[in-house]
Amino acid sequence: MIKHLLSITQLSREDVGRILDTAESFREVGTRVIKKVPALRGRTVVNLFYENSTRTRISFELAAKRLSADVINFSTSGSSVSKGESLKDTALTLQAMGADAIVIRHSSSGAPYTLSHWVSASVLNAGDGTHEHPTQALLDLFTIREHFPSFEGLRLAIVGDIRHSRVARSLTFGMAKMGGEVTLVGPPTLIPPEATAWGAGVSHDLDAVLPKLDVCYMLRVQRERQRQQFFPSVREYSRLWGLSRTRVDALPDTAVIMHPGPMNRGVEIASDVADLPRAVITDQVTNGIAVRMSLLYLMLGVDRA
Amino acid sequence: MPNRVLFRGVRLVDPASGHDAITDVLIEDEQVMAVGNGTTAAKAHVVDGGGGLIMAPGLVDLHAHLREPGFEHKETIETGARAAAAGGYTAVCAMPNTEPVADNAAVVMEVRNLADKAGLCGVLPAGAITRGLAGEALTDIAEMWEAGVRLFTDDHNCVQSSRVMRLALEYARAFDVVISQHAQDAALTEGWQIHEGYYSALLGLTGAPAEAESIVVGRDIALARLTGGRLHITHTSAALSVEQIRSAKTRGLRVTADVTPHHLSLLDEDLVSYDTYLRVNPPLRSAEDRQALREGAADGTLDAVATDHAPHAAEDKDQEFDQAPPGTTGLETALAVVLTELVGPGLISLSDAVARMSTRPAEILGLGEHGGPIAPGRPANLVVFDPEADWVVGERPFHSMARNSAFTGRKLRGRVIHTMLLGTFTVREGEPTR
Repeated sequence: MIKHLLSITQLSREDVGRILDTAESFREVGTRVIKKVPALRGRTVVNLFYENSTRTRISFELAAKRLSADVINFSTSGSSVSKGESLKDTALTLQAMGADAIVIRHSSSGAPYTLSHWVSASVLNAGDGTHEHPTQALLDLFTIREHFPSFEGLRLAIVGDIRHSRVARSLTFGMAKMGGEVTLVGPPTLIPPEATAWGAGVSHDLDAVLPKLDVCYMLRVQRERQRQQFFPSVREYSRLWGLSRTRVDALPDTAVIMHPGPMNRGVEIASDVADLPRAVITDQVTNGIAVRMSLLYLMLGVDRA
Repeated sequence: MPNRVLFRGVRLVDPASGHDAITDVLIEDEQVMAVGNGTTAAKAHVVDGGGGLIMAPGLVDLHAHLREPGFEHKETIETGARAAAAGGYTAVCAMPNTEPVADNAAVVMEVRNLADKAGLCGVLPAGAITRGLAGEALTDIAEMWEAGVRLFTDDHNCVQSSRVMRLALEYARAFDVVISQHAQDAALTEGWQIHEGYYSALLGLTGAPAEAESIVVGRDIALARLTGGRLHITHTSAALSVEQIRSAKTRGLRVTADVTPHHLSLLDEDLVSYDTYLRVNPPLRSAEDRQALREGAADGTLDAVATDHAPHAAEDKDQEFDQAPPGTTGLETALAVVLTELVGPGLISLSDAVARMSTRPAEILGLGEHGGPIAPGRPANLVVFDPEADWVVGERPFHSMARNSAFTGRKLRGRVIHTMLLGTFTVREGEPTR
């Protein structure tokens, strides 16, 4: 298994299969009364979060704790970082304290790469800027696999702000690797023209795409993008690229709806759509813990104990 | 008793005189005394070129950041001048974005005094076009001209206002000085990190489109036409800009341009590991842009190769990619990069390379003492280098205070052996003399 998880592009198809298979068995652990296995006893996992992300941090924290690792949460407010400590000095400090894995969330694209040069611990990218979010993509693949027998030929649309989305990048690369067909949908201002070179199709017409989908993946749209004039108004965005109740009817019966959260109900997804049985958004959350357990186990526990 | 140095059996490549052959060159005190085979002199110190060493007029850099005053933790005029000498330079134009800004004669004189004290390389301070580099009010151009400034620029703060740029080009005509522009449309490059294209999309980094440069180049060429002023486009990076400059020259406008060694050799795709040493301004661009830059350097559309030497402290560059300031050092690698990347593969002749790195930039700055010709009676400003010597960047310590070379770890061919400033060795056997 790889030493660091910086980008999903590092993983082979077989790696992804192994991660998802291992997650399968860890998912069962989460259904027990005592949700804990001793696999990483005595290992130290640091959650280094330069950006607030309660759900991702808690998911990693639970994953590490269920594997019996010691977990340290290092958030930037109220720490040495708020006193101006550089990423490098923070890294050297964590290194000196004997961290085995550092899970990093950072607003700068590439920060996990930089960090990996300075520490001997395994670095896991928990979302870097507008670059990648590989564990999100893996939990999404896991969730998709629960509903479909194979990724081969599976049709997925990712709808929204592709340009600024680390989720979209990782999931596109991941699905393409597994043999799925990805279409990126949204306003032209939010889809880099180079995205076609990622092995994905591009469309600006959501209604044309919906009837052919197996998975409709909605991205959170930040109101900030409207202020930057990537689209003229939230209302217009929602009308053209939001998943309304009517649009759901255009989806095939077997299609599922996904969202990485947190949702803007009423903007990219109608509130009643988010609560439909075919919207598997809470499953994604549950699976996130199992997939992160699998990654920590495979990267720290198996060969390196 | 005059001080005599006889360079015996060096290949003299001197575009100003058209000389390119193995010969002997005798230096006496500050001047070249004789050029020709079989030159002899009593009591001369003899340097044997062995037929393999090349002598050229000392290199001239149109664009270097020496950081002093204000940023002495990155570089000082002394260390910058030493790095310049080590790279074969005898004159560099020091950028005005210091603290305080070189927007008045007092700062200009201070830079000159510090350079004189260092005595390692001629330093010609550039003056700011606008006060505080704010892009609004013109500086006292005449006062700085009287203090020796020949090139004005708001480098890194591209003059956004068309009106201010027009007035600068127009006013500067009175002194026949150059207005040098770092062409970059601010609105199109807000928050930029790298060149906009496939790699910016892949890496999730905010892109600066090449067009943000070319839009300003186009505007400024139109303003040069309107005003008759002397426009210089510095560190040209985009294919479209090269086309625009070529066309402006064809129309007889007073437009010149330079390009950096790193834009001639590196690409945006080299940034896949988020190496902050490769974060430069303007950004490394696409293969297509690089090809156009190489063609522009070869045919003379791009008059000069300028380093944009931008030293930074280690803690500045050891940061997250978007937080690390842009810039690479360049004075100690420029000649070797040009020799390795352009002359070696035959993209440009050795004589043209010397013209781009010495003769033309000296002409643009009006520096009569530099850039050759190397002929009797002329000031002895020259470089001697070994075109066959291989070395790896970063293996030996830099003479600059900074280590942020975009070429770190790369193997280059061509090494400076001697640099001479007004007849005095500033570098001898590869090492600065002071």
